[in-house]
Amino acid sequence: MIKTSISVLAAAGFVATTFGTTAPAVAQDVDFAGKRIEWVIPYGTGGGSNRWARFYVPWLQKALPGNPTVAVKNMPGASSTKGTNYFARRGTKDGLSILGTSGSTQFPFLLGDRRVKYNYADWEVILATPVGGVVYVNKSLGVKSAADMKKLQKAKLKFGSQGPTSLDLVPLLAFDILGLNVKPVFGMKGRGPSRLAFERGEVRIDYQTTPAFLKRVTPLVKKGIAVPIMTWGTLDDAGKLVRDPTFPNLPHVGEVYKMMHGKAPKGPAWTAWKAFMAAGFPAQKMIFVKKGTPKNIVAAWRATAAKAVAMPGFEAAKNKKLGKYPQAVGKKAQVLKKVATNVPPAAKKWVLDWLKSRYNKVP
Amino acid sequence: MIESMISAFAEITSGAHLLYLLGGVIMGLVVGIFPGLGGIVGLSLLLPFLYGMDPTSALAMLIGLVAIIPTSDTFTSVLMGIPGSSASQATVLDGFPLAKKGEAARALGAAFSASLYGGVIGAIVLTFFIVVARPIILLFTSAELFMLTILGLSMVGVLAGNCLSKGLLACGLGLMFGALGGAPATGEFRMSFDSAYLGDGLPLVVVGLAMFAVPEIIDLLRSGGAISKSASLGSGWTRGFKDMWAYRWLCTRCAGIGCIIGALPGLGGSVVDWIAYGHVKQVAKDSSQFGKGDIRGVLAPESANNAKEGGGLIPTLLFAIPGSGSMAVFLGGMELIGLEPGPSMVDGKLNLTYVIIWSLALANVIGAGCCLLISRNVAQLTTIKYVYLAPFMVMVICFAAFQATRDLGDLLALFGVGLIGIMFKRFGWPRPAFLIGFVLADNSETYLYQAVQFYDWGFLLRPGVIIIFVLTLISIWFGARNAPTGEAEMAEDSKPKPTNMKPQAWFAGFVVFLFTWGLIDGIQHSFLGAVYPVGICLVMLPIAIHLFYITAKNKTQHAANYDYEVEGDHAGQEGIPSLVYYLTWLAGFIAAVMLVGFWLAITGFFLIFLRVHSDASWTRIVTMTTCGVGFITGLSWIMVLNFPGGLLQHYFKLPWPLS
Repeated sequence: MIKTSISVLAAAGFVATTFGTTAPAVAQDVDFAGKRIEWVIPYGTGGGSNRWARFYVPWLQKALPGNPTVAVKNMPGASSTKGTNYFARRGTKDGLSILGTSGSTQFPFLLGDRRVKYNYADWEVILATPVGGVVYVNKSLGVKSAADMKKLQKAKLKFGSQGPTSLDLVPLLAFDILGLNVKPVFGMKGRGPSRLAFERGEVRIDYQTTPAFLKRVTPLVKKGIAVPIMTWGTLDDAGKLVRDPTFPNLPHVGEVYKMMHGKAPKGPAWTAWKAFMAAGFPAQKMIFVKKGTPKNIVAAWRATAAKAVAMPGFEAAKNKKLGKYPQAVGKKAQVLKKVATNVPPAAKKWVLDWLKSRYNKVP
Repeated sequence: MIESMISAFAEITSGAHLLYLLGGVIMGLVVGIFPGLGGIVGLSLLLPFLYGMDPTSALAMLIGLVAIIPTSDTFTSVLMGIPGSSASQATVLDGFPLAKKGEAARALGAAFSASLYGGVIGAIVLTFFIVVARPIILLFTSAELFMLTILGLSMVGVLAGNCLSKGLLACGLGLMFGALGGAPATGEFRMSFDSAYLGDGLPLVVVGLAMFAVPEIIDLLRSGGAISKSASLGSGWTRGFKDMWAYRWLCTRCAGIGCIIGALPGLGGSVVDWIAYGHVKQVAKDSSQFGKGDIRGVLAPESANNAKEGGGLIPTLLFAIPGSGSMAVFLGGMELIGLEPGPSMVDGKLNLTYVIIWSLALANVIGAGCCLLISRNVAQLTTIKYVYLAPFMVMVICFAAFQATRDLGDLLALFGVGLIGIMFKRFGWPRPAFLIGFVLADNSETYLYQAVQFYDWGFLLRPGVIIIFVLTLISIWFGARNAPTGEAEMAEDSKPKPTNMKPQAWFAGFVVFLFTWGLIDGIQHSFLGAVYPVGICLVMLPIAIHLFYITAKNKTQHAANYDYEVEGDHAGQEGIPSLVYYLTWLAGFIAAVMLVGFWLAITGFFLIFLRVHSDASWTRIVTMTTCGVGFITGLSWIMVLNFPGGLLQHYFKLPWPLS
């Protein structure tokens, strides 16, 4: 199954390289001075995607030729499909309208949600921001680290979730694969309320994405309430699951499986999990312009992204706000996009069947 | 704690801090006075200033902005009957009738002094509560939160008016409308006709505008003249201030209620003003004037909703869970400045927390003071002939509704729910009962489901749940004790009772149809997605059928018998256009939006409406149109907003603002 991922990645890399050669960096003659760039964020003002976009705005403004204004346009609704559909229909091909998506925009697309009227193949990726996820449990379970995970198998656990077709698909499927007895309680309005349910003691296992974990769960770990046990891991250049660079001391799901079951995970469930993890996390948030935008403008945007992430002060600010993941620009971003938006048909089918049989859910 | 207080006090009384606070207040006032706009727009205006500012000054501006919004939206609630945000819906109930009586300045004076007082009381409560809040708030689990929604729903008894079955049905409809869209437990789309818009549920702001503002606009147009029935504006805001002082204990209680409910994460602040309104009606000795212009009906929600913002700081600062839209903005702003909310806000950064809490109180004082100063001038609006105001009002409420999700669906929902609001008003169905059902629908379902999942049905025996249940019983008892007796009301009525109940029967029949439809839609879903709406419909259907029976049989002596078209002030007068006449104008406008888009439609509406209904010259009409449309165009440009498009925009690419 690791082979499958490698071939996906290799194919992605191949495609990306071919694309790369057809779009040489001719960023000259592009000047956005006095223009206003509209950045559609299909999420509300309270969430992580908005924070991510607002973090990037000043850096992009500084790096764009002519220093135009970048105005964020929040368009939440219908699990982010509304704002994304809007961009697909109305976005212009002049580099003045861009889109920021997140894992929760990728998943409805990959699962064939009927509200989706957009196609990632129609867009050129400018930048990709990876993120990780950390699973933590309540101290009362007596688990001190992943080594004690066997204890968890007997415990009846509850997990606060927004729904099985959201990004929560990754944790729910991981718990199933590990053989944990986890019952999701749906109707959470986001990861924040799930964390609150953890603090109340209503749920004893939870996960948060890296920025939220660093900011909101670390104090609970220090107080001895929460115990971090594992991460989703991240994919290396060969498509192999490795430890998350932000949490080098925490094992990833594959390692934990081995600790619990004595052998490495394999089978269609594991392949599917890896495919969807790759879709949801290593390129969780991406910036796009539409395909058909003049080549020099696309090149200018790619140059802008590369320039922005190399600016003095960016690295420190990014580490603080987004975690220690290298921001992907240029060809790396194109590879990540390919992986995030092309799940092998077998994995997709497996997940759809699983959603139907486990949760009676058809996206 | 004392040390933190002292250093915080020194900080907020420094000149620079005050100056930035004032800047934020003024910015918030400018934005917040316009219905539908609020924190989010305020933040996008403020953002360019925040970059590069030092954190404490930026924080001061942010707090000034957040504090003023629930205060400044009172203007349109009182003066025009347009609830500017969900925080001021209950204020409309008595504030607007006062304005109609010519006591707009008094109502505004009372509202702003209550806001000021509530904000300060809230800050005092918070100062002590925040230190111990964390463990207490964690005691409120899904089970207790569910029981709190039941406590809220028990207010229906007092908000029902003189016919309980209409009150229950109104609340039931509210619950059903609130259940529209994705089910909390399964995500199934209920009653949404495959529409992406309805799949997200109806936005509260749209429902509030539709239930209150739309019926008022139409009635005002029909009765002609100005909003205020008397040319003078009464004795002004000093009287309102005296009113507040006379009921200071009531305001203190409501501020306390607002502060505590605002502090509970997950309940949402929108229910606070209804609970405060229900509370004052429960405990009032004479509750007959509520809804007709009782000053207490203004004082209670206004003192509660400002205290609520203070209470809302607790989950925001301690748990990073914003309880309201404006708190979400505040949280975003805090992170932008580089302040991290969390337990450390009371452990290591207590002085900063006090700076925030007290700045909020101070901003309330400054903001309410500014509002008081201008209230007399703004109140003059109520003496303008309504025909001139009407196009502005239509523009304002459509624009406000459109802010909810920025979808053409907002306007259609405004019109659709507006029709129900008009019927509610005409047949004396209690709109507050509908709103409280609507506001609590999602929370009651979500928390019931979660409580059963987490604790099984044993959750009903949790001590917190039992305590809240007892409180609910007390609340019902208070309400029942003070319920107006039907006879006394009838004796006061000089107008004859309607003799033909056919129109009422039609509407009752329509309600039966709605619940039947809810039932049919419900049973097509899985058990967890269906149980809540089906349960409501099964309870409501017999009541609705009973009411239909009474109205269809023309039982004119029944308490349910009410028809504004027979009993209203305008009834029997000459030259009153029919209800349908202005409704057609509104429908025509919405249809025009669907054809040529909002911008062209509103321009056309201004021109044609003023030409037909007023005797103004073309020059004047064009000037008014330019002012109105120009203002909204400028605002939209700043907000990066596209107007809703129609068929024209579907086929042709047009430049902004036509696009």
